[in-house]
Amino acid sequence: MTCTEFIAQLDDLLESRVSVTLRAELEEHLRTCEHCVITMNTTRKTIEIYRSHELYELPNELRERLQKAILAKCKKC
Amino acid sequence: MPNIQTQGTEEVHPDVALVNRARDGDVQAFEKLVKQYDRQVFRIAQHITQNREDAEDVVQDAFLKAYEKLDQFQGNSKFYTWLVRIAVNESLMRLRKRRTGKMVSIDEDVETDEGSMPRDLADWGPDPEMQYGQSELADILRKTIQGLPPGFRTVFVLRDVEGLSTEETAETLGLSVPAVKSRLLRARLQLRERLSRYFRKNKRDGA
Repeated sequence: MTCTEFIAQLDDLLESRVSVTLRAELEEHLRTCEHCVITMNTTRKTIEIYRSHELYELPNELRERLQKAILAKCKKC
Repeated sequence: MPNIQTQGTEEVHPDVALVNRARDGDVQAFEKLVKQYDRQVFRIAQHITQNREDAEDVVQDAFLKAYEKLDQFQGNSKFYTWLVRIAVNESLMRLRKRRTGKMVSIDEDVETDEGSMPRDLADWGPDPEMQYGQSELADILRKTIQGLPPGFRTVFVLRDVEGLSTEETAETLGLSVPAVKSRLLRARLQLRERLSRYFRKNKRDGA
């Protein structure tokens, strides 16, 4: 398996959506390719970091203002 | 007849009852839906538009449009994915207005080769984010995702930040499943590559 072929399967591998046979082939590639090990681990970490950090929080005051505006308009519909 | 019956062993999503009540004019039922999803809609809108005022407008307009179009909600998708679809369209429209004359769509810039094959091979430490304070880290993450083309950014946000499935993301954006998968992979690899500048091992030790 080449690195390009490995990368094409990376998402499915990260999401455990690969067959047993394919997983074995991917793991075999990883045993001999440090480049793809690093790519896989750092890509997994990238997703984890974005999942675990709230970048755009809706402040309570603004939230209440928006909710009131939405519902006031809905009542007029 | 209301469509709250279970079909076989499939469970009906609790939103369905709220949608049905809202459709009959129960604004309090709709209020529950607003309170349940306003944070997510704001986050998605801010990620796509990169503008706070636009994100606020999107929250209002997306919920209002949803309310007005409740009759068109078929119930064969989740209310949330239907709402997100409206919010994404509103967000892209506002992004387009801000970049007057420049076309912005979900298909924009997807032909770039960047990130299709990783170049930066530097490994990261076990907890790379610990090298930075919370607010500095948030700035890095915002700046990094802002640099992605809108088409990639939107797919990444829906799939990886908001946790929609690949199929739901495809349905929401009107894309095929293979198109979503291809954009997601490129988005993830581009973000990884860009974050490597900050997270590479011993970056702050000068090694």
